[in-house]
Amino acid sequence: MIKQFLMNLLLSFIWVALTGSMYYTNFVFGFMLGFGILWIMNRNEGDRSYFYKVPRIISLVFYFIWQMIKANLQVAYDVITPRYFMRPGIVKFPLNARTETEINLLSMMISLTPGTLILDISEDRKTMYIHVMYLDNPEKFVREMKTGLERRLLEALR
Amino acid sequence: MIDILIAILSTIGAFAIFFASLGILRMPDFYLRLSVTVKAATMGVGLLLLCAAIIFPDISVSTKALAITFFLIITSPIAAHMIGRAAYFTGTPLWKNTIIDELAGMYDKENHRLRNSDEMPEPQGEEDQIADTEEETK
Repeated sequence: MIKQFLMNLLLSFIWVALTGSMYYTNFVFGFMLGFGILWIMNRNEGDRSYFYKVPRIISLVFYFIWQMIKANLQVAYDVITPRYFMRPGIVKFPLNARTETEINLLSMMISLTPGTLILDISEDRKTMYIHVMYLDNPEKFVREMKTGLERRLLEALR
Repeated sequence: MIDILIAILSTIGAFAIFFASLGILRMPDFYLRLSVTVKAATMGVGLLLLCAAIIFPDISVSTKALAITFFLIITSPIAAHMIGRAAYFTGTPLWKNTIIDELAGMYDKENHRLRNSDEMPEPQGEEDQIADTEEETK
């Protein structure tokens, strides 16, 4: 996994050195080219995970940006119109993420989406308490979070 | 082409910061204010820095702007989390229309330990942190 990533980085640097323009679009193109080369050259069955993970990480990033824009529009609409549409509440969220890195990344992503704010994580790291702005139904919110953000994040990391 | 992109992104960023500052005035209680301010401001500053990274042809400006955005994204949720937790401890009331508070009674007041989910919450009487009137959270 980490070996392939370093190899890919090296290939993109070689591409940048050969073409001679140190601009980020060129670097990204070199990275994609290196990814393709590594994919074709890959013979070992054991190192497959890298080729699944990179597309998943990219799709996670885009999904997160989309969620963030959607929530921002909702909050902005509520701020500029005179009536309040929100139904805030504190929800208990059972965690599937186990290791420190997973919990850290998940809580960072939840906190960065407008309208949700992490208040605390229990001592045994199994539950998380989230303050939510638009809460119609606590079970529905937890289910959506589990099948959306958490599942995608864990797929990208594991 | 690139000019139009930069114009759109910087407008969205400026509006995000504007809504965040308006949110401080408009939102009814502390948690909602925190929730609106931290996120929208992070997104606004992030977008403006991204525009700065695109518009300057110098590579050193781009790397600096991207590094600032990265650290902003890492640190601001932690700040929001700590402020929110401290506010809950000190008993800042929630808005009167708050529909549910599942954190109520889960804290040990003595040593600030959060109970695990399988332990029973502390039984509590009538008083909770949800405010009864609009005035309490002003």
